[in-house]
Amino acid sequence: MEYRIEVKDLNVYFDELHILKNVSLKIHKNMVTALIGPSGCGKSTFIRTLNRMNDLIDTFKMDGDVLLDGKDIYDPKVDVVELRKRVGMVFQKPNPFPKSIFDNVAYGLKVHGITDNEVITEKVEESLKSAALWDEVKNILDKSAMGLSGGQQQRLCIARTIAVEPEVILMDEPCSALDPISTTKIEDLIHKLKKDYTIIIVTHNMQQATRVSKHTAFFLHGEIIENGPTDKIFIEPCDKRTEDYITGRFG
Amino acid sequence: MPKNIDEYLIEKGLFITAISSVVIILLIIVFIFWEGYPAILNIGFFDFLFGMEWSPSNDLYGIFPMIIGSLAITGLSLLMAIPLGIFCAIFMAEIAPKQMRKILRPTIQTLSGIPSVVYGFFGLIVLVPFMRVQFGGTGFSMFTASIILTVMILPIIVSVSEDAIKSVPSEYKEASMALGATHWQTIKNVLFPAAIPGIITSIILGMGRAIGETLAIIMVAGNVVQIPSSIFDPVRALTSNIAIEMGYATGIHYNALFATGIVLIFMILVLLVIANYFHYKKKVTVGGGYL
Repeated sequence: MEYRIEVKDLNVYFDELHILKNVSLKIHKNMVTALIGPSGCGKSTFIRTLNRMNDLIDTFKMDGDVLLDGKDIYDPKVDVVELRKRVGMVFQKPNPFPKSIFDNVAYGLKVHGITDNEVITEKVEESLKSAALWDEVKNILDKSAMGLSGGQQQRLCIARTIAVEPEVILMDEPCSALDPISTTKIEDLIHKLKKDYTIIIVTHNMQQATRVSKHTAFFLHGEIIENGPTDKIFIEPCDKRTEDYITGRFG
Repeated sequence: MPKNIDEYLIEKGLFITAISSVVIILLIIVFIFWEGYPAILNIGFFDFLFGMEWSPSNDLYGIFPMIIGSLAITGLSLLMAIPLGIFCAIFMAEIAPKQMRKILRPTIQTLSGIPSVVYGFFGLIVLVPFMRVQFGGTGFSMFTASIILTVMILPIIVSVSEDAIKSVPSEYKEASMALGATHWQTIKNVLFPAAIPGIITSIILGMGRAIGETLAIIMVAGNVVQIPSSIFDPVRALTSNIAIEMGYATGIHYNALFATGIVLIFMILVLLVIANYFHYKKKVTVGGGYL
């Protein structure tokens, strides 16, 4: 089995707060991994460590290894821009730019130095098709993205992310602000995308984790309590705390 | 009878305070028009507005050179203050380390609280002799006045623009960074465009202060009534004209100074309308009206 990301003994601190404690996790290539656990357990901090988004926070400190394809992403020689291009991210709240639908998808291409309009146009269409949004927006590409519904905005954010051809997509509760129909669409999309991308999804929705993921890790108080194949975690968890959480007895 | 007497009294009280401030401003404007109108009637609208000679002893009251003077000083200072102010705001909002920001912010806010006479005095003692040595002439010039004005309006532009940049939702910044954009690309393509309405507001405020400034300009601009042929020529602003001559003006001369005030009011009105137009237009094209 091939691993895309390997995290070894990761500790993360914000000021004096010890957020992640000796977390180790291996993420399989081209598979969906779900991270579950109660609010404040460090799931979001964990995935934001994988594309170094935590670097934006002044008080962030970490130790341990985070390897992407065997190379440490916190090595001082690593180009963070290049890393974030390889590890894309979809946020909890849909956050399209206040620009047109076209410009939202084209943005990533432009910042990476692509200037050929034909290439950009082609890539935008391709990305919107992969994100299952093309049919809904093909006639309004020059309209503001802010006019789309929440679900459409989130798919636009996914299109924007895949336009720069990442290898890994991090999703931080991508459906928590969406209605059930939009959620279904996003989940269908995740199934479609997992062939080509390694996906890590944070979710509070147990059903969602079982529906979309092959592998699940359960976080509690900054530690991984249990991780393994999703079927096993949900059907016969080893740890009492995991069982309590997935059956809704606490959290 | 209203159910709650306290509520009734407070609402009426607030209404009266609000109305009285509007009424006071209206009364002042009415008074200015009342006193200025005879001058415009007497001198003639076009001769007053576009007359090239201002010579009360010869009964010549043309304010055109001073309109140009006011616009030129304001324009030149904005030309210097806008780029300086915006880059400073970007630096403070995005790049400066926390500790540095803690020192910079209060410093800049203090600058905006210094009375204009102090700036004028500094200009007179330091800047005017410096200009005299560097560029010749008397040192009293449109350029000298513009430099002083630049320093005076910078704090407004910097602090309002900084707030505008900082109030751009952090989601936009994160989205851009997560796509692999560099910090500068994020500032240039996302933060700055989203902050433009606020930045325009800061420029309007700076412009308003520049056009209304009187004392500091009187002290360094030279106050000669002429259309400047270079930025090193002395000029007189509309505001200076009123302040310099109000002490001894009588008759039609006195009315002409009020008429100068009317022109100032209209100039600021027109500039506000133009600025608001751009403010609104930019808002729509940038954010689809959602910013």
